[in-house]
Amino acid sequence: MSTLPSSDHLLTGSTSRGADAAFKWLAFAGAVVVVGLIVLVGGELYAGARLAIAKFGPGFLVHSKWDPVTDEFGALPFIFGTLVSSVIALLIAVPLGVAAALFLTELAPFWMRQPVVTVIEMLAAVPSVIFGLWGIFVLVPWLRDHLFVWLKHSLGFLPLFQGPIYGVSMLAGGIIVAIMILPIITSVSREILRSVPNLQREAAYGLGATRWEVIRIAVLSYASRGIFGAAILGLGRALGETMAVTMVIGNRPEISASLFAPGYTLASVIANEFAEATSDLYLNSLFELGLVLLALTILVNVIAQAMLKTVLGGASGKVQ
Amino acid sequence: MKKSLLSLAAVLGFTLTASAQMLINGAGATFPQPIYTKWFDEYTKVDPSVRFNYQGIGSGGGQKQILAETVDFGASDGPMSDENIAKASRTLWHIPTVAGAVVVTYNLTGDPKLKLDGPTLAGIFLGTITKWNDPAIAGQNPDVKLPDQDIVVVHRSDGSGTSYIFTDYLSSVSPEWKAKVGKNTAVSWPAGIGGKGNAGVAGQVKQSPGSIGYVELAYAHQNKLAFADMKNSSGNYITPTVDAVVQALATANVPDDFRFSMVNPPGAQAYPIAGATWLLVYAQQKDPAKGQKLVQFLKWAFTDGEKLAPDLDYAPLPDALRQRALDRVNSIKY
Repeated sequence: MSTLPSSDHLLTGSTSRGADAAFKWLAFAGAVVVVGLIVLVGGELYAGARLAIAKFGPGFLVHSKWDPVTDEFGALPFIFGTLVSSVIALLIAVPLGVAAALFLTELAPFWMRQPVVTVIEMLAAVPSVIFGLWGIFVLVPWLRDHLFVWLKHSLGFLPLFQGPIYGVSMLAGGIIVAIMILPIITSVSREILRSVPNLQREAAYGLGATRWEVIRIAVLSYASRGIFGAAILGLGRALGETMAVTMVIGNRPEISASLFAPGYTLASVIANEFAEATSDLYLNSLFELGLVLLALTILVNVIAQAMLKTVLGGASGKVQ
Repeated sequence: MKKSLLSLAAVLGFTLTASAQMLINGAGATFPQPIYTKWFDEYTKVDPSVRFNYQGIGSGGGQKQILAETVDFGASDGPMSDENIAKASRTLWHIPTVAGAVVVTYNLTGDPKLKLDGPTLAGIFLGTITKWNDPAIAGQNPDVKLPDQDIVVVHRSDGSGTSYIFTDYLSSVSPEWKAKVGKNTAVSWPAGIGGKGNAGVAGQVKQSPGSIGYVELAYAHQNKLAFADMKNSSGNYITPTVDAVVQALATANVPDDFRFSMVNPPGAQAYPIAGATWLLVYAQQKDPAKGQKLVQFLKWAFTDGEKLAPDLDYAPLPDALRQRALDRVNSIKY
């Protein structure tokens, strides 16, 4: 602060004005490139999918048959699988992630915080395929022999937990994705919680609140928008997750009420079938699935933005 | 442009000699990638002036790239459809290189040796035979005590030549399969769950008691999986081996354009679930220098190269077919 430039340089220096303009254009170019990339991807996908779009029209979105032999293609089971596995993942990962973040910011002793954060962040660095292999050989057998049996036994009256147990299933896919999005939800939530001003907490304590009440009233409600944002980031990753999911979800394009039944996701079927697709219509249909996935991701984000505005409103839950 | 460069190269040729390596690009099927890689590797000892770059991007990609002429040769596990061949700007040839078998692997307590025939296998994969002690299975395996257990069907989830061979076989032995499902690198499976790649299917089978799936012979050998003897068209139960696949190749009906299916061939000792893999090469090469090198390589592949196949669990072409392939190679113009 001791070396402030002279005020006349600040106001009139032509070099800094030039630099300002350059910076403005550079930032503008950056923004254009990012937006341009999305538009380009969308355009390329559309161009690649033209044949399928012309042949199937909007029916592509609601048909459930996927038959490369007879060239009949419909996206519904894949859309269903993508949404259901992502929702399962969020239902598991958000409470866990937020709880972990709360523990790390509010409850854990200081010496413990950094090591735990490092471990959680290491989880984010594990490649997808490793999660998949671990899923096949460790998680799925355990789910099949223990958790699923228990679920069927205790909650079997729900259609969600009926039918034969293979192990690989929609639920296994959701659980794998939950593990994979846990680090991002935890990390972002932790940053959000850390940004809650201490005044908030002190005010709540001052009113005689217990620790739980402080967390609920002063911290969580203040941070709710940010935590919602963390969940959306996690959802974005869940929708596009490919490798690990395809290894445990069973890869069956079918819509079933039971979470024990195998399913399929948009990203997985593209990765699985693209390399060996030979007929034009087949390839075009895979491109169209890509387009659907892009649209679905954008749609989910738009809905999330709208929810953020209406449900949570502008109020940030300050203790007043 | 290319021509002027070539003539320039010819002028400079005296001084530059063979210091620059020629690069020949290929792309396509992943199933034969290990043997092709071995060939390219060995061939550098025969002719150090040429180097091969092969990308295993899948048969679909191989067909697309050779049609677009972005590679010098393509490779595919299934023959190209008439529709795709029609897209080629000039004559595009299929040349078979090696063949492989698909074996039926399963997970039953005690690892019994099973015998199966085509219609039974089709019934299992159609979902009409659902128990291991079904009379159709038990009738062929009187010595095996089969459990009253549900059959879990496992198939490939990714498009693959292995699935093509397997569904080609089921179509040839079961009219119901042919009508309901058909053959392709990926089909609409009537039953079961999908595993990604040979490893995915094998892993799924290993993990699920009572399951049945199919993998490449080489993969089953290397991972010591249990596999079934299959009944061939002569009524013999044949253990899948490289020799049994050579028998299948020797008795398969191969038309002049080499686009043949070798499932369920008439040979008495032939293993019935097998298929060839092809290189896709233009009859008229665009670049004379590259064309010459490619033909020289292929000649070597169909003489010395084929001998390397059995070590990698591929079936080499029997002599008569090998000679036909060699004749086709010799008629490539450049």
